[in-house]
Amino acid sequence: MAEIHLANVGHSYEKKPASLDDYAVRPMEMVWEDGGAYALLGPSGCGKTTLLNIISGLLTPTQGRVLFDGQDVTHLPPEKRNIAQVFQFPVLYDTMTVFDNLAFPLRNRGVDESQVRRRVHEIAELLDLTRDLKRRASGLSADAKQKISLGRGLVRSDVAAILFDEPLTVIDPHMKWLLRSKLKEIHQQFKLTLIYVTHDQTEALTFADQVVVMHEGAVVQIGTPQELFEKPRHTFVGYFIGSPGMNLIPVRLEGDALVTDSTPIPVDPAAIQRLSGREKLTVGIRPEFLGYSPAPQPNGVPARIQRVENLGTFKIAVAQVGEQTVKAKIPEKQPISPGDGWLIFPPEQTLLYQNDEMV
Amino acid sequence: MEKTKNNRAWFLVLPVVISVSFSAIIPLMTVVNYSVQDIFGPGQRVWVGKEWYVDAVRDADLHAALLRNLLFSFEALLIEIPLGVFLALRMPAKGKWASLALVLIALPLLIPWNVVGTIWQIFGRADIGLGGYFLNSTLGIPYNYTLNARDAWYTILVMDIWHWTPLVALLAYAGLRAIPDAYYWAARIDAASNWAIFRFIQLPKLRGVLLIAVLLRFMDSFMIYTEPFVVTGGGPGNATTFLSIFLSKLAVGQFDLGPAAAFSLIYFLLIQVFSYIFFTTIRNIGRGDTA
Repeated sequence: MAEIHLANVGHSYEKKPASLDDYAVRPMEMVWEDGGAYALLGPSGCGKTTLLNIISGLLTPTQGRVLFDGQDVTHLPPEKRNIAQVFQFPVLYDTMTVFDNLAFPLRNRGVDESQVRRRVHEIAELLDLTRDLKRRASGLSADAKQKISLGRGLVRSDVAAILFDEPLTVIDPHMKWLLRSKLKEIHQQFKLTLIYVTHDQTEALTFADQVVVMHEGAVVQIGTPQELFEKPRHTFVGYFIGSPGMNLIPVRLEGDALVTDSTPIPVDPAAIQRLSGREKLTVGIRPEFLGYSPAPQPNGVPARIQRVENLGTFKIAVAQVGEQTVKAKIPEKQPISPGDGWLIFPPEQTLLYQNDEMV
Repeated sequence: MEKTKNNRAWFLVLPVVISVSFSAIIPLMTVVNYSVQDIFGPGQRVWVGKEWYVDAVRDADLHAALLRNLLFSFEALLIEIPLGVFLALRMPAKGKWASLALVLIALPLLIPWNVVGTIWQIFGRADIGLGGYFLNSTLGIPYNYTLNARDAWYTILVMDIWHWTPLVALLAYAGLRAIPDAYYWAARIDAASNWAIFRFIQLPKLRGVLLIAVLLRFMDSFMIYTEPFVVTGGGPGNATTFLSIFLSKLAVGQFDLGPAAAFSLIYFLLIQVFSYIFFTTIRNIGRGDTA
């Protein structure tokens, strides 16, 4: 186990990157603490897998250094880095038995056979594979195959970190939930450093202590699931996390007030004080924090409710504020009907963004 | 659900039946016809039953040709399959060198068979052939494929390897390119050696294409005719008289159409049987629940 430090690491697939746009992973400074359970979250193509491959050594970054516990491993190949990685699709050695598959990473490193047997049986027990140990790996179901891949990642007890690259994509939902809890259990038991790449926010938020959100090759926020939810530091985090995502309302500064299409939006005056310019201002508020009232209220903004979707435990109201469409999550019991009304913006949770960064 | 019965649907198969009849069944039946009769000319024939078959099965020269051909096919497979896989592993996976390597390796496949024979016939000559001259005069190894049975044998074998290893290499190359990168990544993470990568990833994934390669190469080498006919004509003596050459000597040379027809049918069955054995064996390698 080790602390992983990415010192000014950046990677471009171009030979001569001309601008930051050419980078798949923009130069960044980042520390993954020993024993942490991290989720690396972002849409497809944002550079998560590239970053993961840099950590495992499958890729050498264009610039910067990778340090494991302070030791420079930038130019070491994966087999010398003491790291485990599990891929999106199950990788199996078809001609071997399940036992030999699990034993493979250990035997290649010259671990003695009694130790190998002990570890393989432990991991098989953990992943519920004991019954299949003597079977040939090729005949198994997709779930079982991916469990074997996971097992090969977990079987070495001394790894610096285990990296998961969307490992549960091919698994069916019920099994997904089971395996994820299993991983969490393993993490709590052995305090391994786990980095888990996913584009599924539920997966990230339930698995990790710390979620790292990536967007266009850059890390936009690192935080606990709660922090990401309550204080997204970047509009992308606001809109990517949550269902529905954060409402983002473009606004102009008129005097001391923020206005969208001549409708003023109430925002904490201290935040407005901190503004350094007037360009690209956005107000962000989560649908969960928006309130509704049929009559005027402090912090209320006039809105036209267009339709209400009842989702069982809550309702989603789709409303028009000025020219902008805003969604609000309303408790199931509160009566609401289409027509004119007021949306209440609690100042605590109404965030102001300038150039997509939180002010 | 009640199935509708409509026998007129059989008419839909008629075009296939007709074309297959003309291309395969009718010619085959003429062979069957010859194989059970002794035909002297139009209207003059004697029914001989299974006599030609008995003759063919007992013919010592034919046994020799069969063994010779089996040995030849076996040697060709033994060298061409591993060599083809080795070449495929060494060929660059992408970039302009990959295209160049593919074109170069495919060149022998583009040459007509009798031209291949002619090339090697001249290449092996001690007086004007580059290979023959080099062996005799530069290295001082006496080499003459027209007089020495062993030399003739190796000439034909090397020619076959030169001509057909590229086919195996191309098939194996295509098979290798179809292996997803994740397998190689996982192998690196697992600290697998190059040999282990070959043994546990590449070879198992190549099983399908190698099955095809073995079948094609077996059938072709077991039916080899043109190249040895051009280079040695089956000689010296009977040293390179393979089954096809034996058969054509019988049918065209001696005009023994009856025995030749009987033997053709046996030959045809032999190829079917061997191909079936290869197919089932290779397909079953690496199957089953326990290793």
